[in-house]
Order: sequence, then structure tokens, then C-alpha cells
Amino acid sequence: MKVGIFATCINSLYYTRTVEATRTVLDRLGVLIVDTEQVCCGQMHINSGYPELAEPLVDRVERNFVNCDFIVAPSASCIGSLREHENRPELVAKCLDLSEFLVDILKVTDVGATFNHRVTLHTTCHSLRVAKLGDKPQQLLREVRGLDLIELPEADACCGFGGTFSVKNSDVSGAMLHDKLANILSTSAEYVVSADNSCLMHIGGGLQKKGTLIEVIHLAEILASRG
Amino acid sequence: MSTAREDILQRINAARAGMISLQVDRRYDPSLALSHAELLDLLEDRILDYKATFTRSTNVAQTITRILAEYGLRNVLIPAGLSTQWTMATVDFNFSSDQLDEFDCVITASELGIATTGTIILNHSDPAQGRRAISLVPDTHICIIREENVVGTVVEAIRRLNPKDHQTWISGPSATSDIELERVEGVHGPRNLHVILALC
Amino acid sequence: MGKGYSGIPIPFPVLAKEALKDSQLRANLKRATSTIRDKRARVVAEVKDWEALRQAGHDIKMAALADLSTHLARFEREFTEAGGTVHWARNSQEACEIITKIALDNKISEVVKVKSLTTDEISLNEHLAKYAISAKETDLAELIIQLADEHPSHILVPAIHKNRDQIRDLFVKEIPEAASTLTNSPTELAMTARTHLRKKFLSAHMAVSGANFAIAESGTLCVVESEGNGRMCLTLPEILVSVVGIEKILPTWNDLEVFLQLLPRSATGERMNPYTSFWTGEGGDGPTQRHVILLDNGRVQTLADEVGREALACIRCSACMNVCPVYEHTGGHSYNSVYPGPIGAIITPQLLGPGQAKTLPFASTLCGACYDVCPVKINIPKILVHLRAIENRDNAGKLEKLAMRAAAKALGPQGLKILSTVTATLAPFIASAPLQLLVRHIPIARQWSAFRNIPTPRFVKKRTR
Repeated sequence: MKVGIFATCINSLYYTRTVEATRTVLDRLGVLIVDTEQVCCGQMHINSGYPELAEPLVDRVERNFVNCDFIVAPSASCIGSLREHENRPELVAKCLDLSEFLVDILKVTDVGATFNHRVTLHTTCHSLRVAKLGDKPQQLLREVRGLDLIELPEADACCGFGGTFSVKNSDVSGAMLHDKLANILSTSAEYVVSADNSCLMHIGGGLQKKGTLIEVIHLAEILASRG
Repeated sequence: MSTAREDILQRINAARAGMISLQVDRRYDPSLALSHAELLDLLEDRILDYKATFTRSTNVAQTITRILAEYGLRNVLIPAGLSTQWTMATVDFNFSSDQLDEFDCVITASELGIATTGTIILNHSDPAQGRRAISLVPDTHICIIREENVVGTVVEAIRRLNPKDHQTWISGPSATSDIELERVEGVHGPRNLHVILALC
Repeated sequence: MGKGYSGIPIPFPVLAKEALKDSQLRANLKRATSTIRDKRARVVAEVKDWEALRQAGHDIKMAALADLSTHLARFEREFTEAGGTVHWARNSQEACEIITKIALDNKISEVVKVKSLTTDEISLNEHLAKYAISAKETDLAELIIQLADEHPSHILVPAIHKNRDQIRDLFVKEIPEAASTLTNSPTELAMTARTHLRKKFLSAHMAVSGANFAIAESGTLCVVESEGNGRMCLTLPEILVSVVGIEKILPTWNDLEVFLQLLPRSATGERMNPYTSFWTGEGGDGPTQRHVILLDNGRVQTLADEVGREALACIRCSACMNVCPVYEHTGGHSYNSVYPGPIGAIITPQLLGPGQAKTLPFASTLCGACYDVCPVKINIPKILVHLRAIENRDNAGKLEKLAMRAAAKALGPQGLKILSTVTATLAPFIASAPLQLLVRHIPIARQWSAFRNIPTPRFVKKRTR
């Protein structure tokens, strides 16, 4: 079984730690990783109403990973977007979010991680309703040693990011973020975790602007952590 | 210039070009796996949930007399087709809306009951169920349903009804949720609904 | 509708920004939408075959659209044979003129109305007023809206933006029968409306309604309601005119077995709504003159769009707006249309045509909650994205198009390699205080930094490769 890690553009540009964490977890579990050239999945273009600009990018993704059995990404959102290309059934069939790959393919929930912190999970909209991860992130987090998982009130409410929505409708996005932050602050968590760095960028930026010490962290980084 | 009718139909045909009439996937359940007794229990539960009353009766005339006395209902209207031996009441004589408003109660038969939803169906073609206005204007509606006319689901009900019959489906007294989505029973339709299940 | 309400298309973000300042509005909306969400979830969970019903509902609607002209002609024949009169209207103007003519021919100066989105869509009340015909709304929420001289902000609960105190004050001011001792109890308020409207119902000569469903094979119309004002209007007056969008057609009576399960549970969160009326032309009591107006008003052009036409399957239940996080924050008025919320964001731009409500397809985070609850499985996010592309084609700014093209290049294989080296080098400075200050002066970045800092990047300290 050959696996290609699809880093996603946001992680390649801004959160390489998440990509390395994904590699660490897969390495630890003995997965054969194929190195591949990275490119964007085109989601931003599709969702912003420029589907024609996304097509060459999706083509490239399909070509780059042609020799892989699975395309695993630390992003439910990008995976969800890739899986919407019904006209590319082969691509769709092998796209998996990291938590899906671990739970469904490797049948592992305990990846040998330790993370001695209080953590709350933001279940992103795309992880819930597009990629349909269900409670796989929770299953993985529950097995992490030392981790105290605190329930986030209204966890499934949208954080207000929505890609270009955050700038095109910045006031509404800000109001939604305000509510999300209030819920996060009502927990005593030290970290907000999620399966997507895009929402976390928005939430993290909001937390920093508020001057709180709560940090955001991607699920992969917790799973890679040894304490 | 073409008429609106021709124009619309013509443009629809152009717009739908290439649309295929797909096969409808009807894998929903037509009925419930419940016994007759369980259906009646379910109907009762659902009707009570709407804040209507529910009485099982082997003697409908007696039950009606009790309800009329209990709620102090004096001016009672019945449709022409309803057997008058049940009660002392005025038979509908095509009264005007204002005249109907003088009655404080109407008694009618019904066509069907749906257990899952607590719905009573009036078929206005049946003289015992009356025309539409009589079960609308008076503030109390006493409705008799025969136990053999209770079905489990909406699907079963629809398949037993004739669309050409004017119908009113009634699920509890009139209600509104227009203020803060809080349900309030009783607005313009009858504020009180008493359902009598006539047992054989 | 889009530009209908105010005459000028005001962008969603502008109206939303105003609405967000109203904390009372947000509190009212949050309370109401969370109540209805819970109720809906409870009664939907009871139905074991819910997913099968959704699929059937979707399929029936799409099949009906595929043969729409046949079904409409069949409906017309059946309804006419039963003694009713069928009219056709291409647009609002034609529909309003037909209704006005019926009223004038019968010397009617006041009509009672059943809550109907379609008559709101064609601005019927305003049109009738020009001919000195007053239209009296009889649904409680529509009455509240009419008394307050506002527009509905929700398709099912038009006064959802108002709380009980605001309604109480309005009634005391506007309804003669309301005592000054009236409290804010919803029961008392509803009783006040009952007393106020009772005489109107008993003396009305003409009613105007919409219809939830029109059955082609039998020429039957169906109105689903709660209060009994619908039954009053459909039964007591001598003349009834029903304005029906052409997409309300169902081929067969048996199709109702699906929709009468889907609609009440999705709409008010009830197993069944209190009253559903069915009538076919003449027979029994009820109005002696029964008219139907089959209305296009942008529906045919919507049908022509291969992706967008799915929006015509909508049964107006409002479940999508009740779960929409954007709607919950902005309320319905920000959409500046009879149809707000997610479904409004895909219906309004299509009924009006490209460019007329161009900000609405963008008024969504694409969170997908609407698609999940839609009883007829309309893929709202997919249609939103599709409509964005249509609006961009004609209306996107040059700068935005340029930026998007540049981004596509930059995020391709070569671009991404170079860019990631750049960001990795700059990583320590990206979220630094001076930069945080700087971006506050750059247009797009300013929109971001109003509510968020530039987040700290998380880079691997030493690249492994």
C-alpha cells in the first residue's frame, strides 16, 4: 500500500508543522509514504466561483498521485472538495482525510501519542457535513495519553470562516467568530484542535486579537506528539 | 402576440430540453408494523399531545352527552347526515356564517384517522361529516371516528382517499407558533377538539 | 425581492452590517431558531424512513419539472372541468392585474388573505392599494408585519425578528380591540388577533391565497396551515383566487403521501400541522368562484439552468434558514427579498436574473447545514457555488479576477514551491507586531484584521528535506 501525503496549499505555505506531523504519525505506523509534488486542490477557486481556474489544479493533483493507493491529507475540507469531482471516480475513491485513513483503513485509534493538555475540539463544518468524518477525530483524541478532551458548547456551529466569505462578508464572519470564541473561552481548554487549519487560522487569529493564551493546533500535531 | 399561457408552456418546453423523467425512488415505508390495538394507543397518544381530548366509547350518544354537560355546551349543530338519535341538536340548514357563529359546538363524523400523526380527516362529500364551514366556525368540534377507520400512516390514508372529495385534515385544535415559535393552541379555527373513538 | 423591497439592490454585506448592530434582533433570532431546530430534530428522529422520504420528495419534484408543461396542462383541464377558472401570468404585473380585475368586476373593496409568499413576491397588496382595494392579512405573523408596516423576515414565521414584548406594544397601539391591560403572553396576543379578525372572516366576500401543492391528475389544490385563518379564507367568502407558482405542481395525488410527511416536520417541527385543506373546483360549500393563477415570474428561466433548477423543488418549509448560521446572525431583512436564508440566496438571484441580487450567492460560508436538513435534498451549497460563477462571469471586479488568476498560478506546482520557500523564510516576521499594524491599511487584509490578527504560522524549525 503506497500513500501520498497531500499537504494542501495552506499547510505548505503556513503550517508545515502539520504536514510533518502527518508524516510522523504515518511513519510511526509503518506506512509506506511516496514523495510527491505539492499543489493546491482548487477549492478556493471552486467555492469562490472560478471553477475553470481550479480544473488544471485538480488535474495536477490527480496526475501527481497516480501511483498512490491513497491520498491522505490533514484537511477534511480539501479532501471533501476533491471528493466532489464526480467526473473523476478514481481520484474520489482514494482521497482520505488523515483521521479516516487511520480509523477506517489502518483500523487504529491509538497512535501512541501523548499530549498533557486540556483540549477542546472544533468539529468543522466540512469535516462534519462534506467529508463526513463523524466522530473519528474524537475516537483518536480519546486515545491520546494525558489529553483531557473538553466538550465545546455548540461545537457544530460554523466558526464563520468560509474562505473568501471571511473578507467578502467580514462583519457577519466576525459576528460568527465572536460567538465561537465565546464558546471556546467558556471551556478551560489550553488548545483548540480541529481537522482543518483553515478554520483554525481564523479562530486562532481571533483568539490572538483577543489577547488570550489559548492556542490552536491541528489534530495531526497532537497525534504526532510524544508529550 | 402570444397569450401568457402559450408563451409560458412554450418556454417551459425549451427550458426543460434534455431533462429526463427520472424514476422516482419510493423506498419509504407504506405502513407500520403495529397491531390494531397498538394503532389505537398511538392515535390516542398523538391526539392528546395536540391538547385535544380523546375518549374511547362503546356508547357514543352517552359520551357526547357527557362532553356537552362537562363543557357546558348548549347550542349544538350537526350535519344533516349524522344520525340525530345521538343528541338533541340543530341540523345544519345551510346557515350563513353569522348564523354558524351562534353555535358553540358542532358534532361530525369523520373519514379516517392517522395514528402516526394524530390526524382526523373530514371528507366533506359525506353528509355525516358535513360541509366545510360547520366544522370551522363553532368554537368546539366533537369528532367521531370509528375504530375500523384508523390507519397507521399518511401513506395509507392518502391511498384510501379520493382527491375529488373536498377534505380537511385536522390535527388538534387550531394553533399558532408565530410568537417566538412558542405553540399556542386556539386561534381562528375551533379552540377545542374532542375526539371520540367509536369502538365496535 | 432583491430589488423589489426597496427598488434598489442593496448589497447583502451592507444590510447585514446594519442588522448586526441590533442585539435585540440577534437575541430574538437565536432563541427562536434554536427552539425550532430542536423541535424539528425531535420529530424527524421519530421517522425511521426519513432519508427514503427525502429521496422520494426530491425525485418526485424533479420528475414533475421534467414534464412540467404536460402536468400544468393536465391541472388546467381538471380544475376547469370541476368548474374553476385557470389564468396564466408571466410576471407580477400580469398576476396582479388579473386579481385586480376579478375584484373590480365583483365590486370588491376588501380582500382577506391567507399567508402566501407568492403574493408577497408579486407585491399584490401594494398593487391592490392603487385601486383602493385593501388587502387584510389574516395569518397572525403576517398581521403583525402588516400592522408594523414591515416586511417578513422569515418565510414561515414572518415576524420571527420580533419578541412578545414588541408584539404586545404593537397590538396595543394598532388594534382597537386590544386593551391597554394586554400582557405579553402569546396566548393573550393570539386571542386578541382572533377577536380582531373574527368579523372580517364572517363578512369577507373575496379571499386570496397561495397553495402548497397543486395536483395535476385531479386538479386539486392544497393549503397547509395552523391557525384556521386559511380555512376561514378558503371556505367563507364567495370568491377565492389562488396564486400558484408553476413549480408547485405534483403529478399525482399519491405524491402527497411523501410531502405531507416531509413538510410539517421540517417546517414547524410538528408531526402534522393543525389544518390541511384540499379542494378541486366546485362542489360542496365554499367559494362559488374559484380562480387559480399559474405564475411564472422567473421560474421558467430558473428551470433552464441545469444546476440551478433544483431550487424549484423547494417546498418552502424554512428548515434551511432555521439552521443557517448566517441567517441566525443577520436575520431575514438583510437578504432584501421575500425569500431569505439559504434557499433565498439561490432562489432570488435566479428569479430576478444575473446581476439583480449578485451578493446573495456569496452570503454563505458553505457550511452545509441547509443541505442536511432540506426535506427535498436540494444541494444548496452546490447551487450557491454555481451561481457565484455566473455572477463572477459578468459582474466580478477586474482586480478580483486578476487576483484569482494569479492565485491559481501561485498555487500550482512551481508557484507553490517558490512561495513556500518565501513564507518559510519570512515566517518569524509574518505575525510580528509591525506587520499586524501594517495590514490594517491594506483593503482586503483590513477586512480580515478587523476581527482577527494575522495568525502565527506553525513552521517546522528545520526542514527535513
